[in-house]
Amino acid sequence: MAVIPVKRAPLTLAERTYLPQIAAGLKTTLKHMFQPKLTMEYPEQRPAIPPGYRGVPTLVMDPHGREKCVSCQLCEFVCPPKAIRIKPGTVPEGSGREHVEKAPQEFDIDMLRCIYCGLCQEVCPEEAIFLQNQFSMTGYSREEMVNNKARLYELGGTLPDQHFKWDKKKAAAEESADGGSAH
Amino acid sequence: MSTEMNIPDAAARAAARPAAVEGFDTEKMSLSMGPSHPSTHGVLRLQMELDGEVLTKCDPVIGYLHRGDEKIAENMTYNQFVPYTDRLDYLAPLANNMAYAIAVERLAKLEVPARCQAIRVITAEMARISAHLLGLGAFGIDTGAWTVFMYAFTEREKLYTLFEELTGARFTTSYARIGGVARDVPEGWTQKVDAFCDQFLPILEEILALLTRNKIFMDRTVGVGVISREDAIAYGLTGPNLRGSGVPMDLRKDKPYSGYEQYDFDIPVGEHGDCYDRYLVRGEEMRQSVRIIKQAIAKFPSGPWYATDARKIFAPPKDKILSSMEELIQNFMIVTEGPQMPAGEVYFEAENPKGALGFFIVSKGGGVPYRLKIRAPSFCNLSILPKVCVGNLVSDVVSILGSLDFVMGECDR
Repeated sequence: MAVIPVKRAPLTLAERTYLPQIAAGLKTTLKHMFQPKLTMEYPEQRPAIPPGYRGVPTLVMDPHGREKCVSCQLCEFVCPPKAIRIKPGTVPEGSGREHVEKAPQEFDIDMLRCIYCGLCQEVCPEEAIFLQNQFSMTGYSREEMVNNKARLYELGGTLPDQHFKWDKKKAAAEESADGGSAH
Repeated sequence: MSTEMNIPDAAARAAARPAAVEGFDTEKMSLSMGPSHPSTHGVLRLQMELDGEVLTKCDPVIGYLHRGDEKIAENMTYNQFVPYTDRLDYLAPLANNMAYAIAVERLAKLEVPARCQAIRVITAEMARISAHLLGLGAFGIDTGAWTVFMYAFTEREKLYTLFEELTGARFTTSYARIGGVARDVPEGWTQKVDAFCDQFLPILEEILALLTRNKIFMDRTVGVGVISREDAIAYGLTGPNLRGSGVPMDLRKDKPYSGYEQYDFDIPVGEHGDCYDRYLVRGEEMRQSVRIIKQAIAKFPSGPWYATDARKIFAPPKDKILSSMEELIQNFMIVTEGPQMPAGEVYFEAENPKGALGFFIVSKGGGVPYRLKIRAPSFCNLSILPKVCVGNLVSDVVSILGSLDFVMGECDR
């Protein structure tokens, strides 16, 4: 809780002549020579990625293989560099959800614009977009660096669903229907 | 030969030279250093006028990294601007995130819980260590000591691994949110930070030992680039550069924010205001930062890590968003309309590694700032260059630039 003036003392004779300093420096160098190496032979060795890492944004499916994204376009809205472009569409016929839900017809993430900030994942109300472990994206052309919907699902794969929102709703509806018939 | 024996210092010898010799007129030379020069630490250009090897004029030319961040801020909600604050002083993004979040919270008159404050203090002090390590390393390279840089980077790597675990990104952390932080600290993270601090102190002493009593380094820094106390104040210097000139101003002490008043730490100040003093101050500040981190971890509070009562500012927890209609609507409102702020003005500055980073925000209400002005410490610190460089040798300019430790991402913003 105080102000401390930094101290400086005049150099001693040993320090001024510099030769003993060289010996001291070599001691430090030798000490470090026999310490474990910190550099990593990338790409043969890969760094450990901690959970919650913000890598390349991807779209994920639920364990039933259904699209989670309902094309609410909240990620498109929040994206600070405007990297996401969504064209809303409908859920394909025959999935049993076409009357309740929407799905993106097109979903492009421009990886040349993306800044990996993770706001899209944070705001997503369906847990459909995730920044996963991949961190190195390269390509030969600008077109190649735009991830379309198929590529995003390929990158994303399936993640365990935490909430099963629609299954819950269905179960609740069935339960109430059963309850109604009992009366 | 005799003058070289009488006046061993090159700069003093050049100054002692007779001003003009009859019939031996010399022309002044103009030299442009930068914007792509290894020792200008970014895209700074110095337009210098030289008489022999001594500077007679030095004009910093800035703006090569201008991105218009202040204008960008007017076109997005408060939370969307957080990733842009990473890119101000990109060596200490966590400290910038914190300064910005606190500025907006002051506008909303919002108090964040103790745990959130402690997280912010720990991350800001880690960012300070990380920034000063790079500052020292780069200063070392500028004055001919490469090893310091490598050893400092080894330590920074450890810090970055910790940042990665906490925020999900090593460099552009985007950790703060208005009214809290992006996520709570992971299990066991504070213990890892504590372990880092324990092993860091002896290594810091080793790194500093490479420079502090090094004759070559001292010859290049002692008495070079002296900034007097009056000049430092007059030019609006802040941070270690101001304290190096002997002014004990530290916003963490003078205007405590985020609970800094609870922690016990000292303010190092220099006596001479030369490059060597600025180096010593940075070295001591790292030791003090370790002290603060250890205190913050020792009494790390439990409880909520975001302002739970700020329903129109901080988004509700994710499981609520997924299961309850009200929270879902709230989430949509906060994202699309932005965190709701009252109309008004606020100015807040935080003690960043480079100096006082200030945000002046004018709000007309709603979720988007009407005007956001950033007071960048590097910009103000560089303003003294025309004063301090004149009369020095070109090679001393490199020392002075290294000792001022600026970041152009923040200066040009």
